[in-house]
Amino acid sequence: MPKITYIDKDGTTRTAEAEIGSTVMETAIRNNVPGIVAECGGACSCATCHVHIDAAWGAIVGPPSPMEEDMLDFAFDVKPTSRLSCQIKVTDALDGLIVRTPEQQG
Amino acid sequence: MNKPAPSPTIKTDAVIIGAGPVGLFAVFELGLVDVKAHLVDILDRPGGQCAELYPEKPIYDIPGITVINGQELVDKLMEQIKPFAPEFHFGERVDGLERLTGGGFRLTTDQGTALEAKLIVIAAGGGSFEPKKPHVPGIDAYEGKSVFYSVRKVDQFRGRRVLIVGGGDSALDWVLSLAPVASRVSLMHRRDAFRAAPDSVRKMKELVEAGKIDFMLGQMAALEGEGGKLARVIARRDDNSTFTIEADALMPFFGLTMKLGPVAQWGINLHEERISVDTAKFESSEPGIFAVGDINYYPGKLKLILSGFHEAALMAQAAHAIVHPDKKLIFQYTTTSTSLHKKLGVS
Repeated sequence: MPKITYIDKDGTTRTAEAEIGSTVMETAIRNNVPGIVAECGGACSCATCHVHIDAAWGAIVGPPSPMEEDMLDFAFDVKPTSRLSCQIKVTDALDGLIVRTPEQQG
Repeated sequence: MNKPAPSPTIKTDAVIIGAGPVGLFAVFELGLVDVKAHLVDILDRPGGQCAELYPEKPIYDIPGITVINGQELVDKLMEQIKPFAPEFHFGERVDGLERLTGGGFRLTTDQGTALEAKLIVIAAGGGSFEPKKPHVPGIDAYEGKSVFYSVRKVDQFRGRRVLIVGGGDSALDWVLSLAPVASRVSLMHRRDAFRAAPDSVRKMKELVEAGKIDFMLGQMAALEGEGGKLARVIARRDDNSTFTIEADALMPFFGLTMKLGPVAQWGINLHEERISVDTAKFESSEPGIFAVGDINYYPGKLKLILSGFHEAALMAQAAHAIVHPDKKLIFQYTTTSTSLHKKLGVS
């Protein structure tokens, strides 16, 4: 299974195994990775699963959809590398993905 | 002399706090057992999370309905409870709850509404929806004096330099409303695209072009001022360069989040931010205060709409005993009971 690494605001690193077809958000919640709230449960409606994609992975993960880009308006510390992790589906190509969680979600 | 008379206290059987799907269905179950209800909700319309977070998202686990979206479910529940004529108090948050010496409760809302009821049903889901606070160091000290998440009186901004942050309808609506009132209105957003009504966006852009308001791309980084009085906002661009905006009022609009809110102050036993209840009546540690739906906790609890519906049905049985202590409740089916048909208006 692909491995995803989450780095929190303090620099603590956690790596979780992700099921193909699940999302980067779901993988974090299932593995008790802190820093991702997912208040709406993955409906792209709350912007509390915001992550910054590691520079090396930006092109592989790709940009947000227009709806996701709109929802990012409700997040804080948004960067060009920002994505909502509930909208990133896990594939084999994402094995080794590194994301950083921001200081604040909600 | 011209003071408005305090509005009279509303008296009813039950007050339901929260008008989400479970709060709405509680009206139905209470209605079947002759318990009248008023509902209070901080949002301006019924539906709670279904309407606020996923009005267009499909729900697949409502028994007997293959698929329904959040708003459709709310609309159908509103139709279903019509025979019981519930009364709604939208845009209000219950702040005070006290037990009356003669039995029952008195509730007061942040809008000054007072209600007296024999029982309380808390159906507040994840808590009350409140504006998201930006994580800018020291922002708390400015709140109420210089930082505002909502507007009660436009006049409070007369002659002030107002910075509005955000790109949704709330941000744009207040830009347009305050432009003629404030001495200067600035709008800051992280990008040059807006998820607001196209007409508002067009009007805002016209004001920018006419030089009447300022628009800047950026995000808040720091606040400067003294004693709660804001002087300027330091902002950051995408390339991490910074700039300064002179402003003595700041209005950030980053949508809503859910907070447990005043419920935590009512002396009810909680389990990890949720209300502990028994599974026969769904009553809290305080007799007469019930909790149904996502806000309650008991061993095995699942946060599902269908669980909340079940909880509301059992709660109503206990509510009947409180409101009609002299009447024996006979269990009846809506399919066959003529008295229930009368209540539902289908006889």
